[in-house]
Amino acid sequence: MIPVIEVAGLWTQFGDHVVHKDLNLTVMPGEVVSLVGGSGSGKTTLMRQILGLEQPARGSVKVFGIPLQGSSVQLVQKIRKRWGVLFQEGALYSALSVFDNIALPLRELRAFDEDFVRDMVMLKLDMVDIERRHASKMPADLSGGMIKRIALARALVLEPELVFLDEPTAGLDPDRSESFVTLIRSLHEKLNLTVVMVTHDLDTLVSLSDKIAVLAEQKLIVYGSLREAISVKHPFIVNFFLGERGLRALSAVGALEKNRDRTTGNEGR
Amino acid sequence: MQQASAPAVLDPEVTQSRAANGAPAAALSGAWDIRALESRARSLKSQLKQLAADPGRHWDLSRIQRLDHIGALLIWQAWGKRRPADLALAHGHEVFFSNLDSAAAAVPAAPFDALRLVRALGAVMLIAGEHLRGIVQLIGQILIDSFVLLRHPLHGPWREISASVYRVGTQALGITALVGFLIGVVLSYLSAEQLKAFGANIFIINLLGMGIVRELGPVIAAVLVAGRSGSAITAQLGVMRVTEELDALTVMGIPHTVRLILPKIVALAIAMPLLILWTSGIALIGGALAANTQLGISVHSFFSGLPDAVPGVNLWLAMGKGIVFGGLIALVACHFGLRVQPNTESLGIGTTNSVVTSITAVIIADAVFAVIFSDVGISLS
Ligand SMILES: Nc1ncnc2c1ncn2[C@@H]1O[C@H](COP(=O)(O)OP(=O)(O)O)[C@@H](O)[C@H]1O
Ligand SMILES: [Mg+2]
Repeated sequence: MIPVIEVAGLWTQFGDHVVHKDLNLTVMPGEVVSLVGGSGSGKTTLMRQILGLEQPARGSVKVFGIPLQGSSVQLVQKIRKRWGVLFQEGALYSALSVFDNIALPLRELRAFDEDFVRDMVMLKLDMVDIERRHASKMPADLSGGMIKRIALARALVLEPELVFLDEPTAGLDPDRSESFVTLIRSLHEKLNLTVVMVTHDLDTLVSLSDKIAVLAEQKLIVYGSLREAISVKHPFIVNFFLGERGLRALSAVGALEKNRDRTTGNEGR
Repeated sequence: MQQASAPAVLDPEVTQSRAANGAPAAALSGAWDIRALESRARSLKSQLKQLAADPGRHWDLSRIQRLDHIGALLIWQAWGKRRPADLALAHGHEVFFSNLDSAAAAVPAAPFDALRLVRALGAVMLIAGEHLRGIVQLIGQILIDSFVLLRHPLHGPWREISASVYRVGTQALGITALVGFLIGVVLSYLSAEQLKAFGANIFIINLLGMGIVRELGPVIAAVLVAGRSGSAITAQLGVMRVTEELDALTVMGIPHTVRLILPKIVALAIAMPLLILWTSGIALIGGALAANTQLGISVHSFFSGLPDAVPGVNLWLAMGKGIVFGGLIALVACHFGLRVQPNTESLGIGTTNSVVTSITAVIIADAVFAVIFSDVGISLS
């Protein structure tokens, strides 16, 4: 199988501040990969590199097997139609209503009539659990949680195979973030999406990810399952996963017991 | 990019056939997802619509290889937004059709409004009235805050005022000099032709002197400053509104009228008269140089004749205009900046409106000055 994302030998530098040093990452189809790391460790920057919004100083990024650097504009444009991105702040177009925001990518294709666009937008609003009466509102009149969900609807409207989520549950109340997680999980099962997300939220991380990539010291210090991640004794991991909050989230899914089983040679699952 | 083992994904296709019991049937096959439909959605939809005209048709969707919400919605719309009675679906494709029926309950359309034009006219009047009220309110607020400031003069925003004077005044010296000089030259050339015809060469001094010092200098400087600093002030306040910086100031108990608006108004009221003197001076130099080449009047005799031609009170009038124009520009710019809504579109509209309104206000104020001071400073010697 061709990996959906293949990052090889990536270096990123701002001035003389090195953010990534020889970083490698491979994501296979259908995987949910969570990117974690301290604030300022370069998670957003890595995502922007994969999206082609920034150029790496060195190294290559391939998406769907196609290198982003050195490919023709049309080819890169084609890749861009196959992924959906949820930006950290939503990035809804503030001059457009909720409806027009979601309709924009569809209309841009010029393949569907307005009746189709309207029904599709309504379906996507249902999908992300936004009432239809909000469709005519402007983004400035919405709460942060609603903006996130509408931005997700916009990211999903072209049925992407690959979805990027930057801090999808940050700023949502626990109830909403729970339903957001359920939403993403059901979408993943239904559409066999590949998901790459940046998150600080342990509950989201633990309940969604197949693989966890821990970004520290300018590279991925761990890339593997949750159990593999927590078995590494790095100060960031110890702080992040095995602090009070981490233990609570982990014990909720029983990852600790499994971890203990594994160390006694009794592989769970 | 296909795997060797997997069957190739085919283009979406509709085939018409007959079911075992003789009923008409339609079979869909291939990929019905966005990638495949992007280029042929319209033709497939109309094809499906024709077939759907027969309500008893059997629909076989079990041979569809790939389906997504886009494909499902397209098929469902062709069916007339309901499921046919006789439908065979592939296992796992049911989910794409499961929530479609709720899409039919669409949002109600806006009712027809016969009085739209009247309503629009009324809205424009109301908005104009609201702007007027807003500006008056702003002036009142500033006056109240200035009284507080008078009692604690040390707490005044002196630094902000000085920074603003530098920004709106000093940094505008170049552009006002350039425009003023060129206007002086152009005006001088134009008048020289006419005056030569009457042999009234020496009156170029009166013409340029009065025209520039009394009218053109103040108006040109004000228009330039409105475009340059007025838009900047509106944009700055607008961005602060968008990013909630204004609200942050308010909740800290720092009134933004004192910190942000008063300094700008004071700074423009200080800088504007000085800029007008500067612009008029440079324009006169340009005019004198052009008069020298066109009419042979030496620069020295031009400037020594100037005090007789233009009574000194005109300078004071120009300075007075400067104070009023500067205050007006800053007031209008701040008013529109504060009214920006937190979105990018509103920021653009606010900035445009600010510049247009402040230039209009300057011209109106200039007309008012012309009427009030019609018999001041005009000597007919
Ligand atoms: N455009 C930029 N110019 C300079 N430095 C940047 C830029 N973007 C990010 N950085 C720096 O790169 C580092 C990683 O940033 P970021 O990827 O946003 O971190 P996070 O992991 O919190 O998302 C930070 O130290 C940040 O200051
Ligand atoms: Mg970030």
